[in-house]
Amino acid sequence: MGMLEAILLTVFTAATPLLIAAMGELVAERSGVLNLGVEGMMIMGAIAGFAFAQMSGNPYIGALGGMAVGALFSLLFAFLALTLVTNQVATGLALTILGLGLSGLWGEAFVGIPGVKLQPVVIPLLSDIPLIGRLFFAQDALFYVSIALVFAVSWFLFKTKAGLTLRSVGDNHHSAHALGINVMRVRYLAVMFGGACAGLAGSHLSLVYTTQWIENMSAGRGWIALALVVFASWRPWRILFGAYLFGAITIMQLHIQALNLGDVEFLPGPIYGILSLLKSIPAQFLSSLPYLATIVVLVLISRNRRLTLINTPAMLGQGFVPDR
Amino acid sequence: MRIEVSRRQMPSRLFAYLSPVIALALTILLGAIVFMALGKDPVQALYSYFIEPLTETWSLHELLIKATPLILIAVGLSVCYLSNNWNIGAEGQFLMGAVAGSAIPVLLPEFQNYLVLPLMLILAMAGGAAYAAIPAFLKSRFNTNEILTSLMLVYVAQLFVDWLVRGPWRNPQGFSFPGTITFNDFALLPEMFPASGRANIGILFALVAAVLVWLMIRRTLKGFEVRVLGQNPRAGRFAGFSSAKMTFFAFLLSGALAGLAGIIEVAGAVQHLNEKLSVGYGFAAIIVVFLGRLNPLGAVVAGLVLALTYLGGEAAQISLQISDKSARVFQGMLLFLVLACDTLINYRIRFIAGQPSASAEGN
Repeated sequence: MGMLEAILLTVFTAATPLLIAAMGELVAERSGVLNLGVEGMMIMGAIAGFAFAQMSGNPYIGALGGMAVGALFSLLFAFLALTLVTNQVATGLALTILGLGLSGLWGEAFVGIPGVKLQPVVIPLLSDIPLIGRLFFAQDALFYVSIALVFAVSWFLFKTKAGLTLRSVGDNHHSAHALGINVMRVRYLAVMFGGACAGLAGSHLSLVYTTQWIENMSAGRGWIALALVVFASWRPWRILFGAYLFGAITIMQLHIQALNLGDVEFLPGPIYGILSLLKSIPAQFLSSLPYLATIVVLVLISRNRRLTLINTPAMLGQGFVPDR
Repeated sequence: MRIEVSRRQMPSRLFAYLSPVIALALTILLGAIVFMALGKDPVQALYSYFIEPLTETWSLHELLIKATPLILIAVGLSVCYLSNNWNIGAEGQFLMGAVAGSAIPVLLPEFQNYLVLPLMLILAMAGGAAYAAIPAFLKSRFNTNEILTSLMLVYVAQLFVDWLVRGPWRNPQGFSFPGTITFNDFALLPEMFPASGRANIGILFALVAAVLVWLMIRRTLKGFEVRVLGQNPRAGRFAGFSSAKMTFFAFLLSGALAGLAGIIEVAGAVQHLNEKLSVGYGFAAIIVVFLGRLNPLGAVVAGLVLALTYLGGEAAQISLQISDKSARVFQGMLLFLVLACDTLINYRIRFIAGQPSASAEGN
């Protein structure tokens, strides 16, 4: 396996949790609900995935556990923000704070214990294709799920009646209500879908990305997933692109940190020069690149006020109290 | 059973005062249930959580030390949230304030006189405000979501502090531990009652800030502007108020107060800058803001309550072997219940047994 292939493989691994979590949040936001609790649901999914995999010895049960806990945890948010009409920004933050606390408490027993790894699923024949075979067809199951999610969500949102209903609730809940649509039910389901996705994404962190439990291991990925939804102007395919862009940035800086200049002396002069220049940047600055890139990307996207206004679900973040 | 929510004609004054109290009571009740589930005696657990830290003089000192940054940050954030500016990066502004203020004792250790401390405090406020100006600028100029940018800057600030105390600012005599030199006496905050504990005058800054900001919100035109733009930006624009200017005002004020909190923590309790400075006061302060009902004076009481949960967590760990991480669970539950109970102020909640009636179908 070549070096480039190895790097690309790690990019895929870094992008997958971002993609899954952002896909879930996209559906929630399309229904008009802004759930800032992605980070909290993700970390709950990470510890739940780890714990269930430990107990059962089966990483797939771990992933399902992460998904279930994520969905259940999002119900807390849904009850407050939807039924009790609380401020969605504050409630989402509360979910994140509670998730980080609960996962820390739950995870104490698992610190330092080697985890169960979700092994790659090698698809026969297809994985033998040169260059792309091993990259696309010898991945862990969650990678396939993440790609399937992009197809499924974009088909659901734009090609089905239920998807149209969900978008109409997000764009005008009063009209949707007047047409007899059960606004609350749609939103509850959308939030729970988001929670399940965030939980699954979290379990990817503790079952594939690093097969152990580390407190706060989501390290802001939930927030980056939220930024991806804005970056993608609420469109599924653009999220795929964004997730891989961020996966690449994360991995590049890690590879530069781990790079041994002695190993790349054979490279042509200018490339070696660039690498040694990058290598001279302190590790902490390289580590902050994904966060800085998030800010830059958000600025570039939001500069165009009109475009943002057109794409944002009109009811995003607003509570709904039906007239009786 | 189902729950029906309907808007009140007028916000309930009764519940405006009662809701934080109800939330606190429910948190304690839930906590007792959690302790029982963990197999601990709930009465004893709650005693060591909420009473024991109040029974000893030294722990009262610790309470003030922990409450100081929480109150200072929360006072600033309440202006932000009242004006609908969602600064959730106070943790980063806290760190950058600490860095800016520490520059004098670290870079100019020979400079020792009574000017040092005031200069440090001013620099720290400037540092925190400057860091908060970034999301404010991006929001007002490019319409960029301030929640995400201010939060991303927290991670950047944490990494920056880590680099400083391991790299250029590391104490050469520090036995390879990350951290700067210990500050000289002129760069340390005086203790209030040195005989009984280490509480410093930082709490006085917090109290003064709370009163001043409360007066600003209640008694000045600026405070009126804060509330109008927060509740109805359209009405604010008709009144000639500028949303962009308000964004800067709120972020700079809260950044300055968070920066002040940062230097008070460093020059008070810790006495040098190290990589463990970021313990989440900037996030816990968000809970303080809501528990204090976005009122700066409320933040003083709420800050003391939150500080108590930190100490209680430590006490419960020692006396009952409950992890001190339980404190963060308590804090999260508290914020949830505060938000839930706040619904009672603006809405009437009815519990209705049985199936939904035909007329209310679709709720």
